[in-house]
Amino acid sequence: MSILVFAEHDNSTLKSATLNVVGAAKAIGGDIHVLVAGQNVGGVAEKAAQIDGVSKVLVADNAAYGHQLGENLALLVAEVGKGYSHILANAGTTGKDFMPRVAALLDVAQISDIMRVESADTFVRPIYAGNAIATVKSSDGIKVITVRGTGFDPVAGEGGSAAVESIDAAHDAGISSFVEAKMAESDRPELTAASIVISGGRGMQNGENFHMLEKVADLLGAAVGASRAAVDAGFVPNDMQVGQTGKIVAPNLYIAVGISGAIQHLAGMSDSKVIVAINKDEEAPIFQVADYGLVADLFEAVPQLEAELKKVL
Amino acid sequence: MKVLVAVKRVIDYNVKVRVKPDNTGVDLANVKMAMNPFCEIAVEEAVRLKEKGVATEIVVVSIGPKAAQEQIRTALALGADRGIHIETDEEVQSLQAAKLLKAVVDKEEPKLVILGKQSIDTDNNQTGQMLAALAGMPQGTFASEVVVDGDKVNVTREVDGGLVTVQLNLPAVVTTDLRLNEPRYASLPNIMKAKKKPLDTQSPADLGVDLTPRLTTLKVEAPQTRKAGIKVGSVEELVDKLKNEAKVI
Ligand SMILES: Cc1cc2nc3c(=O)[nH]c(=O)nc-3n(C[C@H](O)[C@H](O)[C@H](O)COP(=O)(O)OP(=O)(O)OC[C@H]3O[C@@H](n4cnc5c(N)ncnc54)[C@H](O)[C@@H]3O)c2cc1C
Ligand SMILES: Nc1ncnc2c1ncn2[C@@H]1O[C@H](COP(=O)(O)O)[C@@H](O)[C@H]1O
Repeated sequence: MSILVFAEHDNSTLKSATLNVVGAAKAIGGDIHVLVAGQNVGGVAEKAAQIDGVSKVLVADNAAYGHQLGENLALLVAEVGKGYSHILANAGTTGKDFMPRVAALLDVAQISDIMRVESADTFVRPIYAGNAIATVKSSDGIKVITVRGTGFDPVAGEGGSAAVESIDAAHDAGISSFVEAKMAESDRPELTAASIVISGGRGMQNGENFHMLEKVADLLGAAVGASRAAVDAGFVPNDMQVGQTGKIVAPNLYIAVGISGAIQHLAGMSDSKVIVAINKDEEAPIFQVADYGLVADLFEAVPQLEAELKKVL
Repeated sequence: MKVLVAVKRVIDYNVKVRVKPDNTGVDLANVKMAMNPFCEIAVEEAVRLKEKGVATEIVVVSIGPKAAQEQIRTALALGADRGIHIETDEEVQSLQAAKLLKAVVDKEEPKLVILGKQSIDTDNNQTGQMLAALAGMPQGTFASEVVVDGDKVNVTREVDGGLVTVQLNLPAVVTTDLRLNEPRYASLPNIMKAKKKPLDTQSPADLGVDLTPRLTTLKVEAPQTRKAGIKVGSVEELVDKLKNEAKVI
């Protein structure tokens, strides 16, 4: 068996989610190759070569892949992937965008968001917003899979010494182009990689008030997330959304502030190790999953939390 | 220009699903069904394009059992012009749905195809991208803004790090994210009018698509449930528990 892992990166840094995907590849078992597709990605390829358990890194360095356009990536990955038994990518917005295209080009199904590997052809994945867990078996020759990072431990990013090979396949479908990106800038850890996440919901009332959460986050080295309601109301940008249709997180500690606990939100955070809920409504469903619930007005509780943490940290 | 919208019949998003005791699936007997929320947003976007004079005709397609005609009628009541029902009682996986939609696209030749980004039952997030690949079209997935400009469309996409705008040649596929728009409700007169709008029924065989599934579900289980923990009386107690009991800070 040979497994092709698509490396997630921004042309300069390798995203840590790639290490979880290699973790999933290890669970399947076989020779693991990593594909780095982008523009001026020499540094990323070097990093990828150090990933534990990877035997080869393939580098497709071309302007056509610079913005990770799905149309172009799919052509490349379908061509390169033909020789593999499995093609894996992180179930982030890049993988979710181009991998189904790869599957269609190869005339195979895609298995979305796997959280466990049972065997080389059988995988476990959540359905119905995580309210049911399905075990599915694939009869396709090539398994095209997106991986839920929280389901797999990351492998070490150091210590490996894979061979690096460049491939010159330059696929430009010529039907789409990049216009602009508006990326959120933050010094805080990435949501999906943070070991502590503090999220705010509609109860926060406005974007200004998220500063209260940011102050706590800075004390804890935490990432800041949000419910969809907070995103929809325009309090915070969409990339902060946790849930069924946002990001899936499973930190050591998740603090939900002014979030009711709709199933779509729980789908994104209920695998967290410890959950804290701060909500003024003691009937809020979030308390059914919280290890520690505090029934309180968040506008009093959050500043108190900041003050208390300053004392003990 | 003609716009094609794909809508799926799924369990209503407010329903708490239950796994069947024999672990073969989830219990759908007597459960409220509805249009997939992302498909409602797709219909709404098409209707807005028509109101702006960009779209001239909206064709809505649904693949599924006879009852899926309810969702087509809903879309017609919201402003779509005619419906196509591809009727089957078999399980239709995303690749097969994409192939069926590709056959419809070949016949109808729409300039824009709008789908939801994700079905809330399978949580697949695949069909639009697969359709785009099969039809050789570009794709604007997870759209929060769609602006048609001549023979191109600019799509702003919700991605992990923020927002990315791409420009696509038409014909193109767009899949909707929640923030694209807020769907309207159908008015009673429009629901009545929708009953008279044309609805054509076809079979997967008519379209030459084999529905044989590539994935077999071996079992469906309930997730591990979390037990509710304790209520703390104060922030001080909370911080103490986090530090000394849970040891997470
Ligand atoms: C198809 C679909 C997909 C979705 N995907 C997602 C998703 O990925 N993620 C997601 O989060 N949602 C998602 N949603 C939305 C979801 O259904 C809920 O609407 C949303 O999660 C509610 O957000 P909320 O808890 O912030 O708001 P609300 O439900 O309005 O809850 C606000 C809470 O704040 C509390 N509160 C108010 N003021 C205070 C105060 N001063 N102090 C303390 N507490 C206070 C209230 O008691 C209440 O419990 C999706 C919905 C659909 C239909
Ligand atoms: N059976 C179906 N009938 C009509 N449209 C569908 C069907 N299945 C999927 N789709 C479309 O594809 C989108 C994404 O579905 P999925 O890939 O299953 O998550 C849905 O929101 C629909 O727009």
